[in-house]
Amino acid sequence: MQSTARHFKDNAGAALVDTNLQDSLSKLKTGFSERRRQAAERLPEFEALRDRARDIKNHALENLDFYLEEFERKVTALGGHVHWAPTAEDARRIIAELCKGVGARTIAKSKSMIAEEIGLNEHLEALGITPIETDLGEYIIQLRHEPPSHIIAPAVHLTKDQVADTFLEHHSKLGFTRRLTERNDLVAEARYVLRQKFLDADVGLTGANFLVAETGSSMLVTNEGNADLSNTLPRMHIVLASIEKVIPTLEDAAVLLRVLARSATGQESSAYTTLNTGPKRPGDLDGPEQYHVVLLDNGRSSVLGTKMQDMLRCIRCGACMNHCPVYGAIGGHAYGWVYPGPIGAVLTPQLIGVEEAGNLPNASTFCGRCESVCPVRIPLPSLMRHWREREFERHLTPRPVRQGLALWGFVVQRPQLYRAVTALANRLLTILGRAEGRLHSLLLAGGWTRFRDFPTPERGGTFHAQWQRRRS
Amino acid sequence: MGFAAVKLLENAGCTVEVPPLQVCCGQPAYNSGDRATTRAIARQVLDAFEGYDAVVAPSGSCGGMLSHHYPSLFDDDPVLKARAEALADRSYELTAFLVDVLGVTGVTARYAGTATYHDSCSGLRELGVKKQPRLLLDSVDGLHVREMKTPEVCCGFGGTFCVKYPEISNAMVGEKSADIVATGADTLLAGDLGCLMNMAGKLQREGSTLKVRHVAEVLADMGDRPAIGEPDRGGR
Repeated sequence: MQSTARHFKDNAGAALVDTNLQDSLSKLKTGFSERRRQAAERLPEFEALRDRARDIKNHALENLDFYLEEFERKVTALGGHVHWAPTAEDARRIIAELCKGVGARTIAKSKSMIAEEIGLNEHLEALGITPIETDLGEYIIQLRHEPPSHIIAPAVHLTKDQVADTFLEHHSKLGFTRRLTERNDLVAEARYVLRQKFLDADVGLTGANFLVAETGSSMLVTNEGNADLSNTLPRMHIVLASIEKVIPTLEDAAVLLRVLARSATGQESSAYTTLNTGPKRPGDLDGPEQYHVVLLDNGRSSVLGTKMQDMLRCIRCGACMNHCPVYGAIGGHAYGWVYPGPIGAVLTPQLIGVEEAGNLPNASTFCGRCESVCPVRIPLPSLMRHWREREFERHLTPRPVRQGLALWGFVVQRPQLYRAVTALANRLLTILGRAEGRLHSLLLAGGWTRFRDFPTPERGGTFHAQWQRRRS
Repeated sequence: MGFAAVKLLENAGCTVEVPPLQVCCGQPAYNSGDRATTRAIARQVLDAFEGYDAVVAPSGSCGGMLSHHYPSLFDDDPVLKARAEALADRSYELTAFLVDVLGVTGVTARYAGTATYHDSCSGLRELGVKKQPRLLLDSVDGLHVREMKTPEVCCGFGGTFCVKYPEISNAMVGEKSADIVATGADTLLAGDLGCLMNMAGKLQREGSTLKVRHVAEVLADMGDRPAIGEPDRGGR
């Protein structure tokens, strides 16, 4: 996927005046966070489970090579195949070859953020293979040629009316010529259209929430059951997952599942939890004949053993973006690449470079709400600060900011000078604001005064000056 | 506001000093990725506050910087790290210090009006400041507190964020001011000056007549002083 992260400010500006988007976001902001809060309250051990979830992921990451090889051994023993993809390009090539190997013309795809990360759909289409998104949200945005705007609710930026228009445009040629207005009718129509596509697909491609080393299983949760049709009906099932998805045991998966759905949607568990363990065995009534797992690295292994390793604990629940006031103001597309919100602000610079994505970790107030809800306790603000430090070291921070900071730093490190400068500023502001106690515009503070008044200090000088007078 | 904090501490039996070498805690540099400058400033702060029993800030974000972030600046220097940890252990936000350390359960103050209290992010999430200001406000004679729908959501200030991303910041503070106004309160209180200036500036630009004050002023019975962004008609 082509990044527009560099144009974050313009993207955000456009998002702020997009009335459909703002309408959708206003619902998202209260809905998800309220449901998560209630789900957490209903489970007394929720905070303790978050600690365990964090520890499980940390242990898996610290022994990643061991568990990945264990996983590969188990999959191979079951008759499946594991393919190692160091880069996005490798993953695309491997999947294209697998599809071509069975003469695939269409593939049924269940939602996969990794597929978005490697730009799989565009690649397959260029080769004449048609990928069909089967998750309702993904299906809608595929029809509209849009990227997802949220990692678990890809079409959350759209209103019901926009979906109705999209369906009318694309389904009328299939005989559905009535514009629908009810949610249930829209879902029913999509189900009907998608059902035939499941039956026609040659390959089913799914992501994975977890890869279980002890059994060689890939585990997937959905609320629509689309993954189960994607991996059961076609003759080949390809699992596309990144390396940090591996965990040691089914017991571990049970802990992670308990925090995942609650953090994501406030559900106690997702509607469908599916384990795929190898291809169809003799005597099985259904299942794929071929079972392949493509393991993507794409730069992840390079953060192992560094301070940034924490970002790999992410289980992609979306709670950080559901609770982020910046995401809530601008939505996911403004971030300009695959992963939006706080986790996107941390992952994206790693995956596509801080030169391209430097705005993302800067566009945060460090309010810390993301960290406070993260089920695996990723210190997201600290990781964003880490990117700001890398930017600063490499002189990528904009020059006016650097110069301003240098000047300010010079003054702060000289307490006498600091007193004199603040006293002068205090005096000027007091004089300027004498009439009203505030200013409507202020030189060098246009970013502030465009939208707000600038309160000026009380009379009597700075606190330090008054304190000195009181003491003498 | 500074004197309100001093008054509260003195009323609770503390001897208050303001070290002359004290300057900014370095947060602007820290959050801009300038670690070297942050460390230099932090060393200066370590020196300035050496020898005091407690360091109290009428701000959750400055308090959080000292008690939450300073030690991580000196991972490579055991001596400074130990000093930073010692400072961290005795640094507090004002209302948390009054309630949690000094055991204050009420104040002698009067304020006629209805206030709503905004939970500033650093104080709330780094230092656990939530109940303490409300407990103390409960004891203010004549004051009624009415909560916002989302008092814990960021106001959009974020230090340099509000000038780096003014449009996003404006959307956030716009939403905040709508939540504040919807309470029907005549006064907005919070414990951090950055947030207060941001919210006051927005409310006033929108034509609101709400009084915006640091919580310390109301608790110290200094609620008759000019509110933030109001003209100072006093004769001092």
